[in-house]
Amino acid sequence: MDFQGRTWKFGADVDTDAIIPARYLNTSDPAELAKHVMEDADPEFPNKVKEGDIIVADKNFGCGSSREHAPICIKAAGVSCVIAKSFARIFYRNAINIGLPIFESVEAGEKIQEGDVVKVDVNTGLITNVTRNEQYQATPFPAFMQQLINAGGLINYVREKVNKGGV
Amino acid sequence: MAMTITEKILAAHAGKDRVEPGELISAKLDIVLANDITAPVAIKEFDKIGVPGVFDKDKVVLVPDHFTPNKDIASAEQAKMLRDFAKKHELTNYFEVGRMGIEHCLLPEAGIVGPGDVIIGADSHTCTYGALGAFATGVGSTDAAAGMASGEAWFKVPEAIKFVYNGELSKWVGGKDLILHTIGDIGVDGALYQSMEFTGEAIRNLSMDGRFTMANMAIEAGGKNGIIEADQTTIDYVEGRAQRPYKVYKSDEDAKYARVIEYDCSQIEPTVAFPHLPENTRPISEVGTVEIDQAVIGSCTNGRIEDLRLAAEVFKGHKVHKNVRAVVFPGTQQIYKQAMAEGLFDIFIDANVAVSTPTCGPCLGGHMGILAKGERSIATTNRNFVGRMGHPESEVYLSNPAIAAASAILGRIGSPEEVE
Repeated sequence: MDFQGRTWKFGADVDTDAIIPARYLNTSDPAELAKHVMEDADPEFPNKVKEGDIIVADKNFGCGSSREHAPICIKAAGVSCVIAKSFARIFYRNAINIGLPIFESVEAGEKIQEGDVVKVDVNTGLITNVTRNEQYQATPFPAFMQQLINAGGLINYVREKVNKGGV
Repeated sequence: MAMTITEKILAAHAGKDRVEPGELISAKLDIVLANDITAPVAIKEFDKIGVPGVFDKDKVVLVPDHFTPNKDIASAEQAKMLRDFAKKHELTNYFEVGRMGIEHCLLPEAGIVGPGDVIIGADSHTCTYGALGAFATGVGSTDAAAGMASGEAWFKVPEAIKFVYNGELSKWVGGKDLILHTIGDIGVDGALYQSMEFTGEAIRNLSMDGRFTMANMAIEAGGKNGIIEADQTTIDYVEGRAQRPYKVYKSDEDAKYARVIEYDCSQIEPTVAFPHLPENTRPISEVGTVEIDQAVIGSCTNGRIEDLRLAAEVFKGHKVHKNVRAVVFPGTQQIYKQAMAEGLFDIFIDANVAVSTPTCGPCLGGHMGILAKGERSIATTNRNFVGRMGHPESEVYLSNPAIAAASAILGRIGSPEEVE
């Protein structure tokens, strides 16, 4: 499967408060949260972002709080995937658990410019910059994480395990 | 094969003799925690799994502490989800307003977590319990849901950084300053995916409250966990509280570390983190003139009795500056009672400091001390991200409780030494 979309570029250490400020966390409704996605990093972003767009960031994307509302609102806003030089640990886990595709690539984080159209091969992690005619390779997931992704997230994985009497 | 304390605890909970960094394991959980922001999402996910109940009704802990006492109807609806879930599953450790405290002050105090445990919590500051010599790490709601159902979680065994704190602390320097100094040194992703092991003479001499403050902020350096080996100080704290048997683990002397970083604590001043990252630290002597509108003393980082005593020591006989409002948030009902019994509230109230019931409130910009556009707060909390305490154009400066109290009196960020 491929994603192709317009990119929006963010800097280093984008924290989860910037992704979804706590003042909106009195709900867990994804559509409601999506209205404020990335608001404290770019107040106009919720109006600008379109279905299928891709977020590209520098290092340590999603640092700070454990709020799963962060990847949830990015996904609910229609963003197909996030590419960053690196991800904060809890955000990384949360994104995989809820089925928001993420790709780690220093080169992509460096070279992609805002507005570039980028194609991502979900299975291989090959990122093609259509605008600049360049390619970057994302770090592959460990086998177990690929299993989680293939199962459609952690809950599906655990449910399968429970049904097999594994727990 | 030599192992670190984190590797030993994870190995024991994975039913293995040993584990190595990078290895993926499934570990048995001693405690699974969630709060009024993260539990609603976790409960929805839990219901999708289709198990009849939680894995152990004593080991799933729910603490509504972020937007409580409920700040509005929407947050009341969220808190109600926790209450209903706790009733349905007969949870032993659900803490209603009046019994609750800030989760990371409350769980150690109540003896729910102890040395040698593996704990996950849907709150990033779950790493606080590492101060007891436990492996504790923050996760999201879905991980918490899976843990509540299965009693297990998957982990990648982290590499460890060993921090050695040598020498003696100067006056007004505490655990908060050591950890801010460390984050300033290695950066907000300096320990990404890694374990932070805090060791050395200064740590051995640090009280439990100071140790909790240090482990609490491991996440602000990107750490998976912060951990301090249990010693007599830990045992003295845990005895009489522990609800379950606990086990003390220690790192082998020849355990492997990704890095070893040493600090001479006598050179560390009270430290302030400037907006908008905890790594933007400056020693108090280099702060310059930064006027403030608010001072917040409390939170899971610095809401314990010693923190309140320190603030009271500075406030005693003084008044909060006319341009400043100061608010103290004791971490738990027990801490509240103790502070009251020690006369600390008289000192605070005489100094024109407001005293609140325990809540995470202003730390995350929830309620009870939100900043307007352009306002600045000094805070003993843990994060100074854009908009963390209110308006996106407000500012938060992080410090220890003595600096926060002195700043409230001075009307600008300063040291207790400057208070006449």
